[in-house]
Amino acid sequence: MSRLEIRHLQKAFGALKVTDDVSLIVEPGELHAIIGPNGAGKTTFIAQLSGQLPSDSGDILLDGQSLMARSMAERVHLGLARSFQITSILPRFTVLENVALAVQARMGSSFRFFAPVAEEAALNETAMTVLAEAGLEDRAEVMASALSHGEHRRLELAIALATEPQILLLDEPLAGVGGEDAEAFVARLKRLKGKITMVLIEHDMDAVFQLADRVSVLVYGKIIATGTPDAVRRDPKVREAYLGEEEEAA
Amino acid sequence: MAETTLTDTRPARRPMAGRVRAAMILFAIFAALPPVAAAIDDPFLVLIGTRILAYAIAALALDLILGYGAMVSFGHAAYLGFGTYAVAVLSSYGINDIFLQVAAAMIVSALFALVTGAISLRTTGVYFIMITLAFGQMAYFFFVSLSAYGGDDGYGLRQRSTVLGSDMLENDFTLYYATLVVLIGLFWLCHRIVGSRFGRVLTGIRENRVRMEAIGYAPFRYQLTAFVISGCLTSVAGVFLANQAEFVSPAFVSWHRSGELIVMVVLGGIGTLTGAIGGAVAVLLLEEVLGSLTEHWKLWFGLFLVLMVLYSPHGITGVFKKLGLGGTKQ
Amino acid sequence: MTNLFVLQLLNGVQLGVLLFLIAAGLTLVFGIMDVVNLAHGVLYMVGAYLIATFAALTGSFWWGLLLMFPAAIVVGLVLEVLVIRRLYARSHLDQVLATFGLVMIANEAVKIIWGVSPLSVPMPELLSGSVPLMGPLQYPVYRIAIIAAGLAVALGLYVVVNHTRIGMLLRAGATNRTMVSALGIDIGKLFAIVFTMGGVLACFAGALVAPILSVDTGMGESVLILTFVVVVIGGIGSVKGAFFGAILVAVVDTVGGVFGPIWLRSVLDPSAAGQVGRMLAPMLVYILMAVILFAKPAGLFGGRG
Repeated sequence: MSRLEIRHLQKAFGALKVTDDVSLIVEPGELHAIIGPNGAGKTTFIAQLSGQLPSDSGDILLDGQSLMARSMAERVHLGLARSFQITSILPRFTVLENVALAVQARMGSSFRFFAPVAEEAALNETAMTVLAEAGLEDRAEVMASALSHGEHRRLELAIALATEPQILLLDEPLAGVGGEDAEAFVARLKRLKGKITMVLIEHDMDAVFQLADRVSVLVYGKIIATGTPDAVRRDPKVREAYLGEEEEAA
Repeated sequence: MAETTLTDTRPARRPMAGRVRAAMILFAIFAALPPVAAAIDDPFLVLIGTRILAYAIAALALDLILGYGAMVSFGHAAYLGFGTYAVAVLSSYGINDIFLQVAAAMIVSALFALVTGAISLRTTGVYFIMITLAFGQMAYFFFVSLSAYGGDDGYGLRQRSTVLGSDMLENDFTLYYATLVVLIGLFWLCHRIVGSRFGRVLTGIRENRVRMEAIGYAPFRYQLTAFVISGCLTSVAGVFLANQAEFVSPAFVSWHRSGELIVMVVLGGIGTLTGAIGGAVAVLLLEEVLGSLTEHWKLWFGLFLVLMVLYSPHGITGVFKKLGLGGTKQ
Repeated sequence: MTNLFVLQLLNGVQLGVLLFLIAAGLTLVFGIMDVVNLAHGVLYMVGAYLIATFAALTGSFWWGLLLMFPAAIVVGLVLEVLVIRRLYARSHLDQVLATFGLVMIANEAVKIIWGVSPLSVPMPELLSGSVPLMGPLQYPVYRIAIIAAGLAVALGLYVVVNHTRIGMLLRAGATNRTMVSALGIDIGKLFAIVFTMGGVLACFAGALVAPILSVDTGMGESVLILTFVVVVIGGIGSVKGAFFGAILVAVVDTVGGVFGPIWLRSVLDPSAAGQVGRMLAPMLVYILMAVILFAKPAGLFGGRG
């Protein structure tokens, strides 16, 4: 059975169809990249999958179970996590607290009113493990707002991973990250591959073709091609609609 | 509401130790007031002090949602109403025990907060402020309509509440210290709540709601719970206010009262707990002082508010943080 | 019974158009500028005091009304320039505090200038008396005039909002603020115009009601919160919503206040019905608000939540 199945998903803002009859199957363990020119509706699509935006019609199935009536928070508990294109952290919390909150969401009730949460060893230790994997263990006690951009992006991913997702929706995780930082980030995603099913939106084509098992091309809300990176690269429709455009621009 | 950016490096919760120390100093000063009042032979000071302590309880309770949850409730005077009228109504039926009165006030407040909060919290920003204000006014008209308790004119209490059958609260000094003990207890309670799992989630929702949803929290449940807790604690302040004044009236529930509570919390520094107590002291003393100077003290108080907001780059909160008057140290 | 109903319905509509005059400006200030203005009720009170003063000076209601307008424009502009303008970029909490301060200042200033005893404004000769309505039913001409004036303003606003350039900007601004600035409009000027216009309408409402109410410092307060209910029910930023919300709130308030107890008496014993009726009647509009918001959190005509 497919892990994530999207059936005829629709979303319109007024007369503008941002997601136009999108159907897609993501297999277990797969890293499925979604590429497309700016304004193709990629972020809207992620927002619909995560539940941040309601869909007009269609269906989203996680392991065969419909998510349409589920809130964003419920989808996280079902194993669907996301990262944000624009870093979305709690700036006035420490790095550790940012991650510990994500751990807390799945470990026991949050309706506990008396015991000091800062002294909960289980939360802090789990959070530290996640931070160590992200290479942020030295920064644990720093205010999240004081991190560099590259560190912010790593924290963003670490928070999503701390929810222990089965499927991870990554909205341009490499946005604004360059050079060695980007290479390290790609290497990290490679290590996660196979363990977690991932849907990746990314503009960095090198990263996409290195990482993706399959690629879908989204143009003006429609999927115009899906296949292996090589097949998609060779697809004349894709070259015309998307890749060609970039080459011209470059 | 609390707008935060990535460049904002102020910590969400400043080091607790300094704030608790500031609160301890305040409590020590409060404890020393009655002997001083007795020494200078001004027992009226103790009554004013009791009033200040009771409002400090209400401001503390409001800070829990205003400061930590970014919920600008403009209807919190309603809960003062439930507290004051719980005393009046129960005592008219011969139930004078303060524990029963507090319990009744809290139950009614919890129900009111649950229903009005559930409706208000479906909205945000301007809507939330206006809706809480409207529900506060609804409570006001409810108390005005209680003709058996004097309607608009209010209702004088025959006696103060009893504690397990003892009428010790009839003594102004005892009432003062009882209010102080409750204030300290509730400060401790709020302090624990803020530092708990629940408090961390509430603060997280204030900082970045979408992020909290994206890691699996449904904000509504936490905000509503905080709203109900805050309403219940505010009603405790009402019980003590009724005992202090030995009189209840819809004036406790007017929307101006709700506004004053917000002013107290903001003046002291929102989201600090200690600040709310300091703010209550500052506002009520300012009222007393201005009131002794001119009958039009509200004019000057209003002017003070407007100028404070206009001439501080980050709003009132900014100024007091700079002056270090937030009752806290960085 | 029918007569009483018609009478209360008319009273409701009369209160409704007054509420609309106040709410129209308020909803635009909220919707376009995103400013919480607690001081809007103050303008209603100021309008009443202005006409009382000018009518007493000139000895004529009509001259008083005429002179009220330029004075109201000055009051609105001064308020905008001195205070409101500086609040646009501030948090809602700052806006609440500053305008709460304004309410305190205005109430005391009015007491200092005009004293604490209520003023009255003489009914204009032309509009005094009553007209037969149906059967034995009479209705005061002045109240009919209020309804007519309110409907005329509503019609005028409808034309302005739907068929003029500034109206287009208002509608665009109420749903999407950034768009208006993107159009290259002088936002500062637009806001000043909107605020002042809204203020003048509120003053006008106060002036209209002055001959049938006593003019005192508390009058702005009760109306302010009713107006909030209207704006919330109608949907923030919607003038149409303000109109239907105002009529709905006012009719429910007046008709419900009279017929609620009558209806209660048919289900409860008289003394209980009286007590429950007295308790419920003033709470009716808030219960209405709760019900509407429960179904539609953004109000009847609101786009934004």
